[in-house]
Amino acid sequence: MSDTTATDTPPAPTDELREQLIAKLGDALGDSLIDSHLLPGTDVWVRVATDAWAEVAEVARHKLGAKYFGFLSVIDWLPSPFGRSMDSEVDRVLAGESGTPEAGEIVQGVTGGDSRFQVLARVAHVGEPGNYWGINLKADIPDDSLEVSTWVKTYAGADWHEREAWEMFGIGFVGHPGLRHLYLPGDFEGHPMRKDFPLLARQVKPWPGIVDVEPMPGSGDDDAPAEEGAES
Amino acid sequence: MTAITDRQKLQYIAAQAADARVNVELETEGMTLNIGPQHPATHGTLRIVARLDGEQVIAAEPICGYMHRGYEKLTEVRTYAQVTTLVNRIDWLGSFANEVPFILAAEQLMGVEAPPRAQWIRTLLFEMSRISNLILFLGDMAVQLGAVTPAFFAFRDREYVLDQIERVTGGRFHPNFDRIGGLKDDLPKGWLADTKATMDKVRSFCDEIETLLMGAEIFQARTRGIGVIPHDVAQQYGLSGANARASGIDWDLRRDQPSGMVYSELDWKVITHPDGDSFARFWVRLQEVREAAKIVEQCCDGVPGGPIMAKVPRIIKVPAGEAWVSTENPLGEMGYYVVSKGDLTPFRVKIRSASFNNVAIAPWILRGVYVPDIITILASLYFILGDIDR
Repeated sequence: MSDTTATDTPPAPTDELREQLIAKLGDALGDSLIDSHLLPGTDVWVRVATDAWAEVAEVARHKLGAKYFGFLSVIDWLPSPFGRSMDSEVDRVLAGESGTPEAGEIVQGVTGGDSRFQVLARVAHVGEPGNYWGINLKADIPDDSLEVSTWVKTYAGADWHEREAWEMFGIGFVGHPGLRHLYLPGDFEGHPMRKDFPLLARQVKPWPGIVDVEPMPGSGDDDAPAEEGAES
Repeated sequence: MTAITDRQKLQYIAAQAADARVNVELETEGMTLNIGPQHPATHGTLRIVARLDGEQVIAAEPICGYMHRGYEKLTEVRTYAQVTTLVNRIDWLGSFANEVPFILAAEQLMGVEAPPRAQWIRTLLFEMSRISNLILFLGDMAVQLGAVTPAFFAFRDREYVLDQIERVTGGRFHPNFDRIGGLKDDLPKGWLADTKATMDKVRSFCDEIETLLMGAEIFQARTRGIGVIPHDVAQQYGLSGANARASGIDWDLRRDQPSGMVYSELDWKVITHPDGDSFARFWVRLQEVREAAKIVEQCCDGVPGGPIMAKVPRIIKVPAGEAWVSTENPLGEMGYYVVSKGDLTPFRVKIRSASFNNVAIAPWILRGVYVPDIITILASLYFILGDIDR
């Protein structure tokens, strides 16, 4: 379902540059390169094994020449157990729902996956006019031990990004020099960016702006959000 | 008069130096200095905890989060159209520039492209927000170094640019003007001519700042060779924008990844500086304002006719998929990683803001500098608090 965008794009252009990137990564990593996804002329995604997360950084920086560190973060693939009630109570009533919705099935995005959390990072090659490219790297984080190895040794800038991911998602980074709170106060409990962490403001009061997406009377051009809500 | 031989002179100097060393060892003691969160030199609520040995910094750590607003979480419960209102407030001095990469990411997922007129006006407003942002930097940098006058010039001349932005969008700071598939409105009548006249004012502001500051001995002494960032360190920390270009990295997303805007059709150049010090960062930004003024003028001449909106459904559901789009914002590379599951709201949005990476280098660069240079370096790195804390 999530891979449908790849087929929607026009099939014409090939992308030698990014195909080579995947090939080079495959040579260096072997079986650790699990899956890749290429949007010709636009972007490339590569998923590696959890154990190879530190290695892929080394390879990307030293062998591919992606010296520029873009960002590092985590995706929580669990559909929000609060469902569309997080949009507003009004929305749920329109959808004919009652009670607290259950969390749906986990569906990972491009390059697939087997775990609820995935670590996501982007590095790039910059500084050479006419030869700019970036690569999105992903790895599963096993559900039973929420840890991956750190990138700080390879990309010093990963320090703050890993601290943010640690406090927001509760993911450990093995070998990180100091996982301390970055944004949140030291005694904060929970990991706010997880999907099962409720956004309290939305529990108390519906978002007034939701009115914008209600169907206008007499316009039959689009699906009403009510029908949409039943889906997830 | 007793004649002093060279030998005696040298002995005297050596004795003085030995005394000084002893005194230094005896008198200095560790001290922790808190700068901020409320401090005039931190423009925003960034707090710096610096451990000092005498006048020298042993270790410094920026502490952020005083203004964290949780935009990544909030985007998950907003429709795509509503997200632009939020992201306006990330870098509040160049608001329009924040909307563009998000809209482009959504357009990429939907396979929609804005009509040419919309792309030209986007480029125009994008550069105007760059000018309004950087003008304030040029004035503010001087304030941090102790010269107050340039700030008044900056606020005066920025107002002309903001007026023009307001005439189009209705908002001085938060335009909320970009839409998936185009723009909210067309330009008002006579706006293009007025904007070109405004660019003359911007240019004379640049000249003014140049003559006022760049030649000044104090300004040079405070910035030259202070806070040098080598290009490989800059890349490791993910420094982008003018900070990277001031370290000699020839990289500008406007040139290298111009999708969605019309930079490839315009005549302008990427400014770099090899030194990597505070002066270089100031100099690059000053030249960039001039380049931006050039771009704005060309856009004013070149805006084609036609519609400003592509055909998009009124209720926008973005097809499932993932997209990363980043643009060259006033502060550096600003990007959004948007994950959609085909719903009315994004499933996950990772906001990669420039200042977050630009300030993450602070512990590295502040080690070993003197206290007054902390202010110079932070000012020259140029961050907006909302862009760090999101």
